[in-house]
Amino acid sequence: MNNPVQPAPETLAKQLALVIDLNVCVGCHACVTSCKEWNTSGAAGPLTDLNAYGERPTGTFFNRVQTFEADSYPDTQTIHFPKSCLHCEDPPCVPVCPTGASYKRKSDGIVLVDYDKCIGCKYCSWACPYGAREFDEERKVMTKCTLCVDRIYDELLPPQDRKPACVKACPTGARLFGDVKDPDSEVSQAIRERGGYQLMPEWETQPANHYLPRQITLSTVPQAQPNFRLGDFLNGEPASGKHKPGSGAMEKDAR
Amino acid sequence: MKPALSIILFTTIAGAAQGMVVALALATLAGIAPATALAPMLWAATGMLLVALVASFFHLGHPLRAWRTVLMWRTSWMSREVIVLPAFIALVGGWALLATLAQRDAVAPHWLAGMAIVGAVLLWYCTAMIYACIRFIQEWAHPLTVVNYTTLGLASGFVTAGALAVMAGEPGFASDIAPWALAATALAWFTRALSLRRNARLKPKSTTQTATGIQAARVVQKSMGMTGGSFNTREFFHGASAHAMRMARTGFQVLAFALPILLLAWALLSGSALAWLLALGSQAAGLLAERWFFFAQARHPQNIYYQAVS
Repeated sequence: MNNPVQPAPETLAKQLALVIDLNVCVGCHACVTSCKEWNTSGAAGPLTDLNAYGERPTGTFFNRVQTFEADSYPDTQTIHFPKSCLHCEDPPCVPVCPTGASYKRKSDGIVLVDYDKCIGCKYCSWACPYGAREFDEERKVMTKCTLCVDRIYDELLPPQDRKPACVKACPTGARLFGDVKDPDSEVSQAIRERGGYQLMPEWETQPANHYLPRQITLSTVPQAQPNFRLGDFLNGEPASGKHKPGSGAMEKDAR
Repeated sequence: MKPALSIILFTTIAGAAQGMVVALALATLAGIAPATALAPMLWAATGMLLVALVASFFHLGHPLRAWRTVLMWRTSWMSREVIVLPAFIALVGGWALLATLAQRDAVAPHWLAGMAIVGAVLLWYCTAMIYACIRFIQEWAHPLTVVNYTTLGLASGFVTAGALAVMAGEPGFASDIAPWALAATALAWFTRALSLRRNARLKPKSTTQTATGIQAARVVQKSMGMTGGSFNTREFFHGASAHAMRMARTGFQVLAFALPILLLAWALLSGSALAWLLALGSQAAGLLAERWFFFAQARHPQNIYYQAVS
């Protein structure tokens, strides 16, 4: 049932977002640790860790890297999947907040929590289909990705560093950051040209963050080595394919 | 979802108090209100509402900031509930005061009884819409959620009113409302069974494919990104086995509906006070189990992202 009183989503002139390239994410978790490091030390922190040296350590994180497996052998693919707040254009977590602690900034579309107003009722986390919000068990307030709002506008930082910590940390450049409402921005071009998509489109939350799908690049190496067997290779007998194994420096007769 | 004790207690106790207020208001309008027991029963309803309010505070991380929750009434059903609940408590408390100060046989003004009914229904609506407005929790996002909060509250309210009446020495009033308590309990069973039937047939709209956007027939999670659990693995998983869920589903229907209907029929035929008290105890236990099941049965789409540790 939709809330009939809920106003129609406004279209903002600017919407900052991340675009995540599943094609190059290697699942190293550098974005997870750099996010934690920056935000536990900054305006959004501290991000509590509980039982940090115990059997089941747990803590507050704004960003997670998950791993999925798609298809079946022999076409199996492993896909590393970073997940953080998607900064929806119509965020369902915002109107349900009874205190107004959860809000979406009109100036740049970032969804934030005012920790001084949050009463810790957790209702907003129920109202997020993505599980993007994490309740901080020590501070007793709801926390979430801020797109490093205390960093991206910091004029004390060199311009190239005014990006979210996760974007700066990614060793493969899998995370792009920019204004998805600006058609000429890097993120808009990536979405347009590489089939960028949104998560759970069925709930019409219009996530600002987009994902670039994994594309299978065919190998440029000749693929004519079917049914390789080690025994055949060592005995120098041709495998059932056309390629004669061991034709390089390891040829048996050459010893 | 993981059922929270504070919310289970809050919604069941407040629901029964609202139902009892409706029972007393209808009795007042019909001219059959209990003469001596009206004021104590209204005080009991006020007390139950206050206990429910206190229970709800245990759900908050920062209870001292709770006053802020009245601010967002334009968009938030929780905010609306927080406004209606104290207003309703004040109304019922005011009525209780009036009934205490007035002479024994003084009849409460009909407009006050009417306002009490409106207040109770408004509060049920706000409470239920907190859950029904979350469109992607499919088990809740349906008008039956509102209907059930109302019918379950009415049933438990009528039963509580009858049980309190026999305890307060008003068996006449109890036998007057016994048919109503019986009918309300049967109606609540019917509407709750409708939602159980609907939920059993639900097909989740979100899948691992829509959650990740990976276009493949088979997409399974191999790692959720952490090993020690997080808020996401604690708040949204109830952890009970499928067997326990089936037991709870059968158990709450027996305790909240089937047994009370038999006991109320006994009370109706024999005027037994014991039957009323047993019906109250059975239904209270059953409705606590029902509310636990209401939360546990709701499957949150975020759980798709938390299927495998590694």
